[in-house]
Amino acid sequence: MAGSETPLLNELEKGPWPSFVTEIKKMADKKPAARDLLGQLELSYKEKRGHWKHGGIVGVTGYGGGVIGRYSDSPDKFPGVAEFHTMRINQPSGWFYSTKALREICDIWEKYGSGLTNFHGSTGDIILLGAPTAHLQPAFDELSEHGYDLGGSGSDLRTPSCCAGPARCENACIDTLDICYAITMEFQDELHRPMWPYKFKIKVAGCANDCVAAIPRADFAIVGTWRDTLRIDQDGVREYAERGFDIQGQVVERCPTKALSYDPAAKQLSVRAEDCVRCVHCINKMPKAIRPGVERGATLLIGGKATILQTAFLSWVIVPFMKMEPPYTEVKELLRKIWEWWDEHGKMRERVGELIYRLGMRNFLRAVDLPAVPQMVFEPRANPYIFWWPEEIIRK
Amino acid sequence: MAKTDIGPPHYSQMLPPIIKENYGKWKYHEILRPGVLKHVSETGAELYTVRAGSPRLLAIDTIREICNLADKYCDGYLRFTSRYNIEFLLTNPANIDPLIEDLKKLGFPVGGTGPAITNMVHTQGWVHCHTPATDASGIVKAIMDELYDYFVSMKLPAKLRISLACCLNMCGAVHCSDIGLVGIHRTIPKIDHEWVPKQCEIPTVIASCPTFAIRPDPKRKSVQINEEKCMYCGNCYTMCPAMPIADPDNDGVAIFVGGKVSNARTAPKFSRLAIPWLPNNPPRWPEVVQAVKKLVDVYARNAREGERYGEWIDRIGWETFFKLAEIPFTEKHIDDFIFSVPTFRTTTNFRW
Repeated sequence: MAGSETPLLNELEKGPWPSFVTEIKKMADKKPAARDLLGQLELSYKEKRGHWKHGGIVGVTGYGGGVIGRYSDSPDKFPGVAEFHTMRINQPSGWFYSTKALREICDIWEKYGSGLTNFHGSTGDIILLGAPTAHLQPAFDELSEHGYDLGGSGSDLRTPSCCAGPARCENACIDTLDICYAITMEFQDELHRPMWPYKFKIKVAGCANDCVAAIPRADFAIVGTWRDTLRIDQDGVREYAERGFDIQGQVVERCPTKALSYDPAAKQLSVRAEDCVRCVHCINKMPKAIRPGVERGATLLIGGKATILQTAFLSWVIVPFMKMEPPYTEVKELLRKIWEWWDEHGKMRERVGELIYRLGMRNFLRAVDLPAVPQMVFEPRANPYIFWWPEEIIRK
Repeated sequence: MAKTDIGPPHYSQMLPPIIKENYGKWKYHEILRPGVLKHVSETGAELYTVRAGSPRLLAIDTIREICNLADKYCDGYLRFTSRYNIEFLLTNPANIDPLIEDLKKLGFPVGGTGPAITNMVHTQGWVHCHTPATDASGIVKAIMDELYDYFVSMKLPAKLRISLACCLNMCGAVHCSDIGLVGIHRTIPKIDHEWVPKQCEIPTVIASCPTFAIRPDPKRKSVQINEEKCMYCGNCYTMCPAMPIADPDNDGVAIFVGGKVSNARTAPKFSRLAIPWLPNNPPRWPEVVQAVKKLVDVYARNAREGERYGEWIDRIGWETFFKLAEIPFTEKHIDDFIFSVPTFRTTTNFRW
């Protein structure tokens, strides 16, 4: 069918990068939803505006989130997408899959949905795009039977995500896959039943490279690090040197704290441990020669978010170092304390970072029982507007 | 009745034997060529990864084709990256070339490693979002076609991350990208006074405005907008469907540069405004594509080896960046929102 009716979209089938239009067309002969999605999208391309109605609350029994309601504003023209709801399916840690699992998901979505997906959504879920209201419950039932569950949406814990971690990365200082899974399982109720002021995202990165953008994007970032000294293998250093790699220029001179020094005659690299801030630049450049230390754990940061409403925040350090060992009781308890305080004080649609900004870090730290330490700030305050607790005032 | 709250499948079911055997034991990795990684374990085991670009929006038929390849070459396992790339995990290096050949036949490019452009993080746009100021998949496709060569090679000074969000809600990590594109509005919401009282909770709508531009209109049991205060964030529309903000002629794309996510060398940082607005010009957004191409080229020509976009600008200064990029600096580049002051220059030290 599709082709002659979508002259604008057809332009997006040209060129070397794989085309989402081709993907939609693949399903268009089998699925009226995909065919009408193409039609409606062509109209959007013509008119330069979206054609989805505002919101829409749909769901499956027992859940408050996980399904995004979507209705066409032109159901007469495009009946196939009159109801075109999205199901968010909680991805396995690190986005690893067996083909058996992927095929199961495809078969279920062939039966109940448009046959279109996103691998993955921005937060990390498997996105099953487009199903009518009546198909949501049976689709969920069958997904559940096969061991899959919904992700988060609305004012709840959003689906936690993590990097490849120890499964396929030598930089992983923590078991990101296991931490992500353990937190997801511990907080199923928070994930599935929106009850908070707004969304709360958790991301787990194995090292400071932060391949899951935890610091920019997560309300709560868990970033792997180490406390002792990075490990240098001088045989590895020699190998890089003999290969002609510019150790002085690319590594030593780019170390942000000038913690490294290189002796080109001996082909030896050394580090002043007290100056190293563990940024992993040298490890990125010389993975065969430099490795993280062995006393490993995570730095915990809070408050990251994108622009809406009061400007974007990068997450702020609240715990410089925490050991991360199963069952991760300490971090789970900290999360509970954070949520309790945010839930009590947060306004509607106020992210936890915005609340901390409004009420002050000192109130937050006291509520969650964390000590103030210099690692929390780039520099101390420059103004004298200091708040004092009642017990700090001398009363005669 | 289906079971609820079972959570995702345990990750161990999804890991190939070589990964289970070497979990946490990886020693180092090398990039053998664009799109091909080799991870070596302390046990001596070697794992090869072939990374392929994806449009993210995938038909189940395509996923099945991908599964066929993973069955044929990877013992039935694969993974996806945080930027939607597909990673095939191989134990036999002899399978790398045949797999890449098969991927080519399916139209999947192999690359996105090292000093390259990898897949663009992006949002739903007109395909599935109800608040977009622009499309997502279409611009991404047009940009990736133009920058394709930078995906399949490794010739940039450092990695370059491009992202796109179709509105200010920014479902993608656009605010910390080397080049971030954001769909923006430029006109105030159109208030449907008949429907506001029926569909919206007035106090919530008023409270939703970050610049206090909305006040009640008691006569009509509706609201009014102070046009001078509105900065077109669309948050009120999210709260109230009777205040649509989309405007086909005035919506468009703003481009930010110099952000980064990683802590390597320097702290993560926000992208900063380079181009305030370019029109929505579907199907291929030529103005946006050419602007991005130019921004990539000026970086590729001028940055030093290993320098990310923002690190390059830190070295040369924003005043030099605008000159080199041939982008006019306007009053729109000077922040006038709530955290503006620290961006004003408070020193006589600057370049010409």
